[in-house]
Amino acid sequence: MIELTEVHKSFGSNHVLKGAGFRVEKGESRVVIGGSGSGKSVILKHIIGIMRPDSGKVMVSGIDITVLKEQELYEVRKKFGMLFQMAALFDSMSVWENVGFALRRNRGLRPRDVMEIAIEKLKMVGLVNVEKMMPSELSGGMKKRVGLARAIAHEPEILLYDEPTTGLDPITADAINNLIVDLRERLRVTSVAITHDMQSAYKIADRISMLYQGRIIATGTPEEIRNSDDAFVRQFVSGSSEGPIKTEGADSEGID
Amino acid sequence: MRPVESFGGFVIWIYRRSVSASEETGRILLLLWSALRQLFVLPFEFGNTFRQMTEVGIRSLPVVTVTAVFTGMVFALQTYTGFKRFGAESLVGTVVALSMTRELGPVLTGLIVAGRAGAAMAAELGTMRVTEQIDALETLATNPVKYLVLPRFIAGLLMLPALSIVADIIGITGGYFITVGMFDTSSVVYWKQTWNYLETADIYSGLVKSCFFGGAISLISCYRGFYTSGGAEGVGRATTGAVVLSSMTILISDYFLSSWLF
Repeated sequence: MIELTEVHKSFGSNHVLKGAGFRVEKGESRVVIGGSGSGKSVILKHIIGIMRPDSGKVMVSGIDITVLKEQELYEVRKKFGMLFQMAALFDSMSVWENVGFALRRNRGLRPRDVMEIAIEKLKMVGLVNVEKMMPSELSGGMKKRVGLARAIAHEPEILLYDEPTTGLDPITADAINNLIVDLRERLRVTSVAITHDMQSAYKIADRISMLYQGRIIATGTPEEIRNSDDAFVRQFVSGSSEGPIKTEGADSEGID
Repeated sequence: MRPVESFGGFVIWIYRRSVSASEETGRILLLLWSALRQLFVLPFEFGNTFRQMTEVGIRSLPVVTVTAVFTGMVFALQTYTGFKRFGAESLVGTVVALSMTRELGPVLTGLIVAGRAGAAMAAELGTMRVTEQIDALETLATNPVKYLVLPRFIAGLLMLPALSIVADIIGITGGYFITVGMFDTSSVVYWKQTWNYLETADIYSGLVKSCFFGGAISLISCYRGFYTSGGAEGVGRATTGAVVLSSMTILISDYFLSSWLF
């Protein structure tokens, strides 16, 4: 369904992805873990085609999206839904307009129909009577839920999650994790999430890949990753500052 | 530092500045090209364009009105004082009308819109960039240049000439109040002198200028906002940069447009 092969990406002198590659099967839920600045978000942006690699391939449903023209790429993006780290809701629009944005623009539905679908999707993420509110009136957890409703509104085949639990309290974070698992089962979508929250990763992943120094250094089921012998993986999942991964002088500072 | 060294440093500084200015101009023109390529791609952005026209045009009207009326008034006041010295008071209406239509209307309106609407465009797009709303548009299969930049560009292009006409009329009326109200010049003389010497070319060239200013303000402000980086500080930088660069572009291009048009 999704396959990255030998993807390289640099920003100036900063070589962020150095041959990163992995394959996600249809219906699978993959989580990519890695430290801050390791290039996790860059991977996600390559999968949806917001960034193009300097070299390497990104295949989505058998199509190499790195060679597509702009308009063709927008067609491929209709298969995707993405939840952003800070939800990225359009703050000039109400909640229902946010949720129904793609429906109204890409399918030309009437506002009344869009609102109905938006209310239904909001209900799926556990929100009622918020459709007329503005994003500025919502809490962090509610914004994430609205972001999730917007991501699933056009019934995408692939869902991407950028740090879905970052910035939330542990209880709200767990609720979002449950929601992701629930949506995966109900919608049967393929999903890729990036996170450094191991609790979240264990809960939502079928398989976990670890990104370190621009390459995927390990892939396995949550159980395999939890019991990995690899010193880098062990240090990361145990959250220890002692070990081969250095916390200072990160080589891709500022690019998460 | 020895003089030669400091001169060398100055030359290098000029060189680097010129290179970066050329690069930025190139990138702004590329953004314009990307926007124009989306002009006939469905869906048309009627609603968005109309909202931006309201933002640039209607919302700038009060401040344009105040600026134009006082500019017309002070211009009449100063011209009358000067012209009286050689008995040419009757020509005040002509001078006010020519200055407003050819120069002050377009330039002052441009500077006001740059400060008001241009700053708002850069700040809004900049905030959208740093909060990933522009990326979110991309993921929702929406071209952000078509959705955000094109409507603002069209709004600037159409609304600045409209505001400029309003400024011309109000400025000339302001001059009338002073010339007729304060200095007891005949109302008939003021209007006659205004119409007798005002040519269609004066108005037309003013409108060409304001079209250019409107397009330039929108494009520069959108460019600065669209490529913002560095969080809240970056948005601040983009906004200031948009206003400064738009204002400089208006003042510098005004000379070249004037020498080309007149």
